[in-house]
Amino acid sequence: MVPSNNKRTVFQGLKVADFCWVGVGPIVGRVLADFGATVIRVESETRPDPLRTMPPFKDNKPGLNRSVFYTGPNCNKRSIALNLADPRAREIAKKLIAWADVMGESFGPGVMERWGFSYEEVIKINPNIVYFSTSMQGSTGPHKEFRGFGLHMAALAGMYEILGWPDLDPVGPYGAFADFVAWLWLRAVVLAAIDYKRRTGKGQYIDLSQLETCLHFLGPLLLDYFVNNRQAERLGNADPYYCPHGVFPCMGEENWIAIAIQNEGEWETFCEILGRPDWSRDPKFASFIGRKANETELNSYIAEWTKRFDAFFLMGLLQSRGIAAGVVLRPSQLDRDPQLETRGWRVVLDHPEIGPHSYRTTGSNFSKMSPCFWRAAPLLGQDTEWVLKEVLSYSDEEVEELRRIGALK
Amino acid sequence: MLDLTDEKGLLAARILADLGAEVIKIEKPGGDEARRIGPFFEDEAHPERSLFWFAFCMNKKSITLDITKREGRDILRRLSQRADFLFESFPPGYMKSLGLGYEELSALNKRLIYVSISPFGQWGPYREFKAPDLVVWALSGFLFLCGNPARPPVRFSFPLAYLMASGEAAIGALLALHFRSITGEGQWVDVSAQHVCTWPTMDALAFWEILGKDQIRAGSDRWRTMPRGEIRMRLVYPCRDGHVLLYIWGGKMCEASNLALHRWMEEEGEDLSPLKGTGWPLLDPAEIEPSNYEKIVDLASHFLGKFTKKELYQQAIMRGIMLVPISTIGDVCRNEHLEQRGFWHDVHHEELGATIRYPGRWASLSETPLERWERAPLIGEHNNEIYLEELRMSPEELSYLLKLGVI
Repeated sequence: MVPSNNKRTVFQGLKVADFCWVGVGPIVGRVLADFGATVIRVESETRPDPLRTMPPFKDNKPGLNRSVFYTGPNCNKRSIALNLADPRAREIAKKLIAWADVMGESFGPGVMERWGFSYEEVIKINPNIVYFSTSMQGSTGPHKEFRGFGLHMAALAGMYEILGWPDLDPVGPYGAFADFVAWLWLRAVVLAAIDYKRRTGKGQYIDLSQLETCLHFLGPLLLDYFVNNRQAERLGNADPYYCPHGVFPCMGEENWIAIAIQNEGEWETFCEILGRPDWSRDPKFASFIGRKANETELNSYIAEWTKRFDAFFLMGLLQSRGIAAGVVLRPSQLDRDPQLETRGWRVVLDHPEIGPHSYRTTGSNFSKMSPCFWRAAPLLGQDTEWVLKEVLSYSDEEVEELRRIGALK
Repeated sequence: MLDLTDEKGLLAARILADLGAEVIKIEKPGGDEARRIGPFFEDEAHPERSLFWFAFCMNKKSITLDITKREGRDILRRLSQRADFLFESFPPGYMKSLGLGYEELSALNKRLIYVSISPFGQWGPYREFKAPDLVVWALSGFLFLCGNPARPPVRFSFPLAYLMASGEAAIGALLALHFRSITGEGQWVDVSAQHVCTWPTMDALAFWEILGKDQIRAGSDRWRTMPRGEIRMRLVYPCRDGHVLLYIWGGKMCEASNLALHRWMEEEGEDLSPLKGTGWPLLDPAEIEPSNYEKIVDLASHFLGKFTKKELYQQAIMRGIMLVPISTIGDVCRNEHLEQRGFWHDVHHEELGATIRYPGRWASLSETPLERWERAPLIGEHNNEIYLEELRMSPEELSYLLKLGVI
């Protein structure tokens, strides 16, 4: 299914006021933008999106329009700069909310309320809006005020504790992992709410705790604790069902291959490829139980063997014999991965200050539609005038005055 | 919604079932393979006691059906004529080989949204490659970034890659539903676990593109390329009874946290003189010297080591410090905030004579609240309901199909 050129976009005409910042919220707005919605990010240089202040920066020079961490979640969107501390800027935001079909925010409990944009206030001017709100731990409960990032929620959810080696401290996943769990759930529920609005005309309020979505990913482990009083622990790369199962060194520096033997047939084939058919008869390794009992020894033998090969050659060799194996790709190698290329996993867009760089596409390909990428992430306030004049019908003089009094920054 | 997935896709239809969809899990006679995945209720390995199954099949119905048999394929065709969605996670090409591919089923029902979940997608050079969790993480670029420098890259000790793919499948299904609302047509949604799992590598790809640098695993630390050099950002700190995660950085959000930590250290009489001239507690990341950052985190480490996880988290909440405990699964299950929010939901399993605590509502919705708590189905629990009532089969037909081994 090669993505077609059919540009019928499902959210053509859908209007979104995106008050979100950092990761989870903006990524939800992005899927709507990718499929044709008009998404307007409300930002401020007085309170910039933290991602705008995080590396990597173009030429390693910090600047609010130079972070490539910020750009990913925000392509295909517009940006208006509004200093919401100013009541006249809040008037503009209010008009934007009245214009929108969907709005989202992720500032943490209480912030939108202080500006007069609680759901209760918003429905007075736009009764059928879909309003989504996401925060670390939800809008109720004793720890609702906690401020942090996706890595905090991954740690609080137990995801750090179960990533690493049993004899070493937990290392946790790379990046703000909870973000990448939470936005899946939030995208799903927002898309469902927009469908409900399409069918019934009714909007609603959605409140999502990023921590709680992570816990659903760990459901079986939580049940195991409640039912069997067992606490999951770090296992390195070992697996309860597969052995051998690990990451082994290949030729060169920091080249690795992941190998997972999933059944006895695969184990026999693997022994043949290794040139050790005797292992499949050796009592130490013949059965799964035996291999588990001697796993460290077995892994060291396998590592001796894998070291002699190029990782890509070995992946091809093992996969051609039906063994699950994959090169541990480094970020630079994703660029050359032929499978991801087939998927159209990224598009390159030209950013006014950063220049051309990649934006990931959603992990689904569709037989009858494709996302539409029309521009890189916006500069802070790049569309302030466009939004004020084209969307909200302000005059040139009014915009000039608003700028003079400092509402537009 | 017809759910023909195995562990690679069970969560997709579970998400949509929570949102109100009527999901029929189609199991092979004798029960789905995913029922063999532990842990098990009271540690007794049995297909009706899999906690993995319980967690990801809640709110679904179950029928048994052998789609490798001709009669079974006919029944699946009848079911898919009445369905809005079909989810499957067989190896690419398998459904087509049974005459149940997208082309065949959409010819019978042009509104059908057909969602395929696979390791790499339905097309491309890796389409036939095998890839359980570890291999997906490897080829997504994420695995390379996780682990201690002196050891190989390391994965989560619980398979999450296909849960990511399942979440994406739910999203893809809903996007296709919007397309159908406009056009009246269903389509084929092709989800690749590898493709989805490139997302968590987020800024690492940017580091390569913009600065020509490959990020590499650094234990629980993270390298950050800044104007004054490479800063080794520390995140995990040992404390008296475990570890905590503390985020020390600059910018508005982080400065408030730094100031709060600074004040607490002062109150406790911590000697802060080593931090003179480092810029602490107001850090401008663009200006900070890597050696100064080291001094700050060393002192923080010394300070945090005096307390327990609980003491530290209490202070963090009270004072606004960006610190959380590195929770064990037990800590999660005893988390006071979750308890007070009423997050957990007890579900009764009559057959087991037990009530099991589940993770509860994952979003609050004002108009269409998530309020379904039906325990995962038993093997073929809804055979009569679906075959007799929905498809209007006769009891004779049903018993014939049973004898044939089709159901």
